[in-house]
Amino acid sequence: MNVKEIVARCEALFEDLRFNAVQQWKAALPGRKAIGYMPVYVPHEIIHAAGFLPVGIFGGGDQIEVIQGDAYYQSYICRIPRSTVELGLSGRLDCLDGMLFPSVCDVIRNLSGMWQIMFKDKYVRYIDVPQNYDDAIGGTFYISEMQHLRDDLGALRGQPITDAELNASIAVYNENRKAIRDLYSYRAQKPWQAPTSEVYLLLRAGCVLPPEEHTPLVRAYIAAADVEKRARRDNARVVMTGSFCEQPPLGLIKSIEMSGCYVVDDEFMLAFRWLMDEVPADGNPLEELSKAFLHRSAQSASKYDDKKEDKGRYLLHQVKSRGAEGVIFAAPSFCDPALLERPMLQEVLAKQKIPYTAFKYAENTGQMAPIREQAGTFADSIKLWSAA
Amino acid sequence: MSTPTMQPQIAPKAKPQVLKEDAMWLQKEMINRNYHELATAHQDGRKVSATFVPGNLNELLMCFNFARSLPETNALQNGMRKKSGKMIMDAERDGHSEDVCTYVKADLGMMLQGQVGPTGEPLPHPDVLLLSYTGCFTFMKWFELIRQKYNCETVMLHVPYQGDGKVSPAMRDYVVKQLKEKVIPTLEKVSGVKFDIDRLRQYMRESVKAEENLVRVLQSAKNRPSPIDGYFGAVYYIGPIFTAFRGMPEATRYYDTLWSEVEQRIREKKGPVTPEGEMAEEKYRLVVEGPPNWTSFRDFWKMFYDEGAVIVASTYAKVGGVYDFGFRHDAERPLESLAEYCLGCYTNLNFPQRIDMICKYLDEYQADGLLINSIKSCNSFSAGQLLMLREVEKRTGKPAAFIESDLVDPRYFSAANIKNRLESYFQMIKQKRVAQAAAGVH
Repeated sequence: MNVKEIVARCEALFEDLRFNAVQQWKAALPGRKAIGYMPVYVPHEIIHAAGFLPVGIFGGGDQIEVIQGDAYYQSYICRIPRSTVELGLSGRLDCLDGMLFPSVCDVIRNLSGMWQIMFKDKYVRYIDVPQNYDDAIGGTFYISEMQHLRDDLGALRGQPITDAELNASIAVYNENRKAIRDLYSYRAQKPWQAPTSEVYLLLRAGCVLPPEEHTPLVRAYIAAADVEKRARRDNARVVMTGSFCEQPPLGLIKSIEMSGCYVVDDEFMLAFRWLMDEVPADGNPLEELSKAFLHRSAQSASKYDDKKEDKGRYLLHQVKSRGAEGVIFAAPSFCDPALLERPMLQEVLAKQKIPYTAFKYAENTGQMAPIREQAGTFADSIKLWSAA
Repeated sequence: MSTPTMQPQIAPKAKPQVLKEDAMWLQKEMINRNYHELATAHQDGRKVSATFVPGNLNELLMCFNFARSLPETNALQNGMRKKSGKMIMDAERDGHSEDVCTYVKADLGMMLQGQVGPTGEPLPHPDVLLLSYTGCFTFMKWFELIRQKYNCETVMLHVPYQGDGKVSPAMRDYVVKQLKEKVIPTLEKVSGVKFDIDRLRQYMRESVKAEENLVRVLQSAKNRPSPIDGYFGAVYYIGPIFTAFRGMPEATRYYDTLWSEVEQRIREKKGPVTPEGEMAEEKYRLVVEGPPNWTSFRDFWKMFYDEGAVIVASTYAKVGGVYDFGFRHDAERPLESLAEYCLGCYTNLNFPQRIDMICKYLDEYQADGLLINSIKSCNSFSAGQLLMLREVEKRTGKPAAFIESDLVDPRYFSAANIKNRLESYFQMIKQKRVAQAAAGVH
């Protein structure tokens, strides 16, 4: 497949809010089940080890008219829960046998209880992740949380999930994470060859495809993109941060690129990149997943920073390792984690003299001109400063 | 020479005398005294802790002689004194989003203005931030922000959420382990005081006495007429136990005094004391979900008592501990009991539990309906309240209403809108009564 074909496939998956890919996957074999999960992170391996399909639910984007969902939320709540409720109430999520709500903020947390009330026939679980990073304390708790999920999903399929199954799934996801790391490295090296609007769609495809299918697709894209003839522009290299939960519309990502920015790192769909290196696939699987979470996972606003010095360390690493020249804070409106985190990160950047700009969006933001102008001005200012 | 025109002498408008129960005055004295203790703590050689109301570990902090500050209380006190608006705007000018919690911005704005507390005395920089992450995501970022400013020692106590509607042994053990291995060693290090578990036990025994009387007071609203207002009045009643006084003999005395007053009111079949005197006639009995607005607290309350509406139970009065469903601090298993206290605070309950609680209140307190005061700042309370409203109506058949305001941002209190909605709501309750009476006749 060439780039155009790969991207077209990913875009079709992204736009399909009836989740036909999930329905087809389930229909291919009797007894198959799919479990939805919301941002930021859940241990996919446990779902996969049960033989189920993990399905990332990142709201309805800008393609869905939210009617029923708005009746559940006040105007000052972000958009992702209302479009997710819309997806649920309109039957679009009927293909899911369960939903997981990770601990990211109070809105998603409360949505877990709402889901229990609204969809009584589905499996629903709130996934608490530790904010204490000691193996003996937070690790023990996290292992018990994962064990609970493992037992529940085992019961759902009618057979306990074995360690061997979990280790096999860890190996599958190690491959997937490695492919995505390679994709991100490739984009950082040659952002003109792998624009973020395409990289983003590739990641979104991973929300509905099994990893065994998604990994080769990512690999195929890298190979195909590398042989494309694409113009290299004198764009500013930026990291986009703050978009780890409610996602910006695709048009917004394109607008930023069109305004003269190469996005060389981001926080989109961190679930796929949360664990930052290989998880041993031959040990005690839950212990290994726990250690990876506690000691080798991405930093995001939904996680506690144990020490003041830790604040912004991940962002600085993104900036430095990717050769970025600036940071764009793009946070969803009313997103407590991202918006409360922002001033602290900005302070860290200011101390390092790294330029930044900030704006808010909603997943259905339609007016791109102001964002394009702001990002364009930011890119120009970076180029002016760097020339000076 | 022209004679200056004599202006008619206008006597300054006398401020109406605010009526309060004795216990309310006593509570005010206690709160003010705590602010004074905080102001002088460092010169008195005491260390200062800051922690949050839900899941606050007052007994534990007292074991280390800390002077105790509670940032939400500081923000709400500033709100009641009409100081928070400027603080919030200062924080927004300093780069904080207009979308986020106004308690946080009031606190940060107070720092920007020189860290003068609500009573006018300076508030010291905390020596330790005990980040009891209970039922509110914002707490975590709030203390990270303060740590960023002051660089003070911060210790996290992660209290898992009751997603399944219950406390598992793993959740309790997790909190206990953090207390043993993180919180207590940090408090020892900062204070220089060795932890004494018997001292903790003693404070916890004292806490129970206050808790017993608090529950008696809150449950007195089951009487008709209710001798208390379980929301506006309860804000004063929960003050000492939810803040720096739980476990102190002062709190015990306060709740003894309060209960004596309330008992007497029950005997005399009196209604609640409002700022304008005793409520004459109880026309409506309501349950309220959500925190109050603080910047227009008295105007807000007046909208109720003017109409003869009394709040018989509120979820907000359980935000620092759900005692009326049986929890008491247990000196025999002190750390486990502290963990259970944190895990059981209202905003750490899942949605079905919160709805069950409200339905139970509506039934047990013979309330006419539910009013939700949805707070812009507080996603922990607010996200999902519209579903709550539907569910409660469906399960109880009682009418529910929805109003919106904010904690301490005066820009989000629209008196006219709220008053209109309340008047319509009271009409609705009246009509429902007429319809029920008619149905009963037939």
